[in-house]
Amino acid sequence: MGFEKIIFYFFAAILVVSALRVITVRNTVHAALFLVLAFFTTAALWLMLEAEFLAMTLVLVYVGAVMVLFLFVVMMLDIDVSVLRAGFTRYLPVGATVAVVVIIEMSYFLLGGFDNSKFTPVKHGVEYSNTRAIGNVLYTDYLFVFEIAAVILLLAIVAAISLTLRKRKDTRYQTPGNQVKVRKSDRIRIVKDMDTES
Amino acid sequence: MYELAYDLIIILLKIFAILIPLMTAVAYLTYAERRLIGFMQVRIGPNRVGFFGFRMFGLGQPIADAVKLMFKEIVMPAEANRYLFVIAPILAIAPALAAWAVVPFGDGLVLADINAGLLYILALTSLGVYGVIIAGWASNSKYAFLGAMRSAAQIVSYEIAMGFALVGVLMAAHSLNLREIVLQQSGGFWHWYWLPLLPLFMVYLISGVAETNRAPFDVAEGESEIVAGFHVEYSGMLFAVFFLAEYANIILISMLTVLMFWGGWLSPFEGIPLLGAATAWIPGIFWLVMKTFFFMFCFLWFRATFPRYRYDQIMRLGWKVLIPVTIVWLVVLAVAIVAKLPPWFG
Amino acid sequence: MINFTMPDFTQAYPEMFVLAMTCVILILDQFLSDARRSITYYLTQLTVIVAAVLTFNQFGTDTVVTFSGMFVNDSMSVLLKLAMYVVMIGIFLYSRAYLTKRGLLKGEYYALGLFGMMGMMVMISAHNFLTIYLGLELLSLSMYALVAYDRDSMVASESAMKYFVLGAIASGMLLYGMSMLYGANGTLDISAINDSINSGTASKQIQAFGLVFIIVGLAFKLGAVPFHMWLPDIYHGSPTSVTLYIASAPKIAAFAMVMRLLVETMPGLQSDWQTMLIMLAVLSMAIGNVIAIAQTNLKRMLAYSTISHVGFILLGIIAADKAGYSAAMFYTITYAITSLGAFGVIILMSRNGFEADQLDDYKGLNQRNPWYAFVMLILMFSMAGVPPTVGFFAKLWVLEAVINNDMTWLAIVAVFFSVIGAFYYIRMVKLMYFDAPEDEQVLEGSADMRLALSLNGIVVLGLGLFPGSLMALCVAALA
Repeated sequence: MGFEKIIFYFFAAILVVSALRVITVRNTVHAALFLVLAFFTTAALWLMLEAEFLAMTLVLVYVGAVMVLFLFVVMMLDIDVSVLRAGFTRYLPVGATVAVVVIIEMSYFLLGGFDNSKFTPVKHGVEYSNTRAIGNVLYTDYLFVFEIAAVILLLAIVAAISLTLRKRKDTRYQTPGNQVKVRKSDRIRIVKDMDTES
Repeated sequence: MYELAYDLIIILLKIFAILIPLMTAVAYLTYAERRLIGFMQVRIGPNRVGFFGFRMFGLGQPIADAVKLMFKEIVMPAEANRYLFVIAPILAIAPALAAWAVVPFGDGLVLADINAGLLYILALTSLGVYGVIIAGWASNSKYAFLGAMRSAAQIVSYEIAMGFALVGVLMAAHSLNLREIVLQQSGGFWHWYWLPLLPLFMVYLISGVAETNRAPFDVAEGESEIVAGFHVEYSGMLFAVFFLAEYANIILISMLTVLMFWGGWLSPFEGIPLLGAATAWIPGIFWLVMKTFFFMFCFLWFRATFPRYRYDQIMRLGWKVLIPVTIVWLVVLAVAIVAKLPPWFG
Repeated sequence: MINFTMPDFTQAYPEMFVLAMTCVILILDQFLSDARRSITYYLTQLTVIVAAVLTFNQFGTDTVVTFSGMFVNDSMSVLLKLAMYVVMIGIFLYSRAYLTKRGLLKGEYYALGLFGMMGMMVMISAHNFLTIYLGLELLSLSMYALVAYDRDSMVASESAMKYFVLGAIASGMLLYGMSMLYGANGTLDISAINDSINSGTASKQIQAFGLVFIIVGLAFKLGAVPFHMWLPDIYHGSPTSVTLYIASAPKIAAFAMVMRLLVETMPGLQSDWQTMLIMLAVLSMAIGNVIAIAQTNLKRMLAYSTISHVGFILLGIIAADKAGYSAAMFYTITYAITSLGAFGVIILMSRNGFEADQLDDYKGLNQRNPWYAFVMLILMFSMAGVPPTVGFFAKLWVLEAVINNDMTWLAIVAVFFSVIGAFYYIRMVKLMYFDAPEDEQVLEGSADMRLALSLNGIVVLGLGLFPGSLMALCVAALA
């Protein structure tokens, strides 16, 4: 038990620090990389809760795909951080006051308000498959919301395409179908005996 | 307390038992590549360096290369981001090595026999790209950056197809555990998944080549257009680490292909009346290694044969060919499974 | 091993049909040339109509909760969905002319519109926090995309960005509140949370804390003061065909969301949310009506008018009894129809390169076209709450419900601000009838558009003359 706690606090500390760095670091690429680290440690924490499917999927989807695209965009953009930071000191007093008030209020409400006994994770044997368990509820009890979530993703695709796809006239497109269809006679004209013709 | 230490030592020994042969294999894969491609292109390849004064077909070449790289100076570009520049190769090789934890070399011969092995593999292979991206960005060099951008887009595109191909394996085997997946294929050559999942196997192999940034998908390196892409600024040991990662990935992808589509350690003669019994004494790991060698050979063969894809062609192949093929085949597969199509799903 | 009862798919036929048709339209549209784009339009209208028929078949049946408690079909959902279909038909009809004139008519508009409609249907039929949230996101995402639909317009892109950022914050608030309630009650099911709150076992503190965030999220989505800042900018910046959408049908869905989240889930916390809503309602009516006076842009003016109307709708919820809810429901439905008509007139007035969104553009409309000036007059009177238009009865019943619950002061405040509000509606009428026209262009508009707009005006007037039947339906829906 002791060992497990040490691991937990180790990952939790990394998670908190990296999450903080995401918003405090100046360089946007560094911020994105800290976010990657945060996702990764979150996955480790989930693994400790025996949620291996979620943990792996988090790494696979967020770290492996989403953040790669994110980095791609962030590296391409030339973001002038000084513009974003302009007025920081001017807004700081107001922002800090609001933040402090919110923190005090939230801790007043949340500290000791939760009854953790309801949510103790259940330990399972080696044979228990987390993936199977999720699959079982996903396609039965959560069928409706699962479908709606799928529709949202479809909508996101449609929206993104409709907002960005432009057919530019000066772009050349390759049409593999036409390339395959090309016959010898389309490209080559065999001229017999050039001397006699002229 | 002693028990914990004992366990740790055993695990460490197991890790070494995997890593040392792996590293040797990586070293000699580079040698094999140069010799083989030389042979295919009708030239000789490295044949000089040997041991103790004997040439031995140049078998000493990888050792000499390794020693050379170790003693070379590591040049740090002036405007580079020092930490990320050093971390990048580590990020490239760590997943390539960590993935081996769940790879079974025989029935029960595995470091960690976990339930979600397939997911673990998929998650870790998707991490390798960070080494490339960070290296390209941290070098603060245009060529390196171009390579990193190309690699990012390429890997994201091919990972989808790769994931879908593995979904097919998962559906067929009803398990994410690699050992289970192999055992589900038992029953001889025609029971292996390469046949019912033929399109998925092809897609997996192609995306595997793309994920390892190997020719003909090596636009991230593209030595003839962007000199050496993401690792143009690297030298000495840091460069060697990238090199190791690339070849470790080739071996990994080859072995995964074997495990998921070619029956892993199962004998190809299983179920054949006379031959099956006659070859039953051969240990499974022999078959596994032989099959893996074949796919490693394929990787080299591709490099010697195909010209490099153009960037937009890579994207077209990934999005418009491979992904639709996998999706269609998943539907076909689902029907076959529900219909209990013999002999695979009966 | 699995304890699962097969869901009653018949209950979700309208949703399933709309989804299937959206996919069909999406694919079919790729093969249509621009000249035959109207096929997409007719298919879209057909989809809405068939969905309406399918929903109408469920009229009068008992409440059914299915899909493992995710989905509910009760008389409220049926009525709200039917009202929404009617508004949606109007939206698609009016916007077609607008889009055609500007060369914006593409299949995506209809696909996104139908996706948004699906989101509203999901919200209306939600019986679980997850369903509410996903329905809301489905609606919001299609709205963000629609606002930015005119890609070459800088204003539209800017307002889409604002809408997206603020909408995301609001969703975050709502989700955070929901997570608090989940933490306190251990379930996301609406009736289960209701039971858990009534049993009093869960921490009251955390529930109230979650409630605050839920109300903030709802207020954002409704556009109630002080979470209204996005509304005028988005109304102003989006293409009028999209403003028309945002300003009408989603109000019905938002009302359903308030009903599901507050009234059905948390009657046990009624005193808490009542207080919060009172503040929102009073502020909305005050700020909405006062600032609207200063506007010279009709779309912005209507945005502030929306804010004040949201205040009125909230009054009905505050009354917290059957009469109040049905009055609020009546208000929402009729407001959606009135708002539809008002933006319809803007579209009719506009042409390519001329948006007709300044108040001065309406000078002397009576001399140019008396009939549409009259339609606009009815719509403005209805928004102001002048009898015999429907807006009068909507306001009357809401106020009656408030007074019956011993909150007469609130009713007085509401009346006071709606009198102030009447000023800018009447100013509009003055511009149309007593000023000389500046623009002599003849109004263009297809026959179906003219017919629909006339019908819209007549409905607003007719419902004002005979409000009883719709009100009876609203009362029955909440029985």
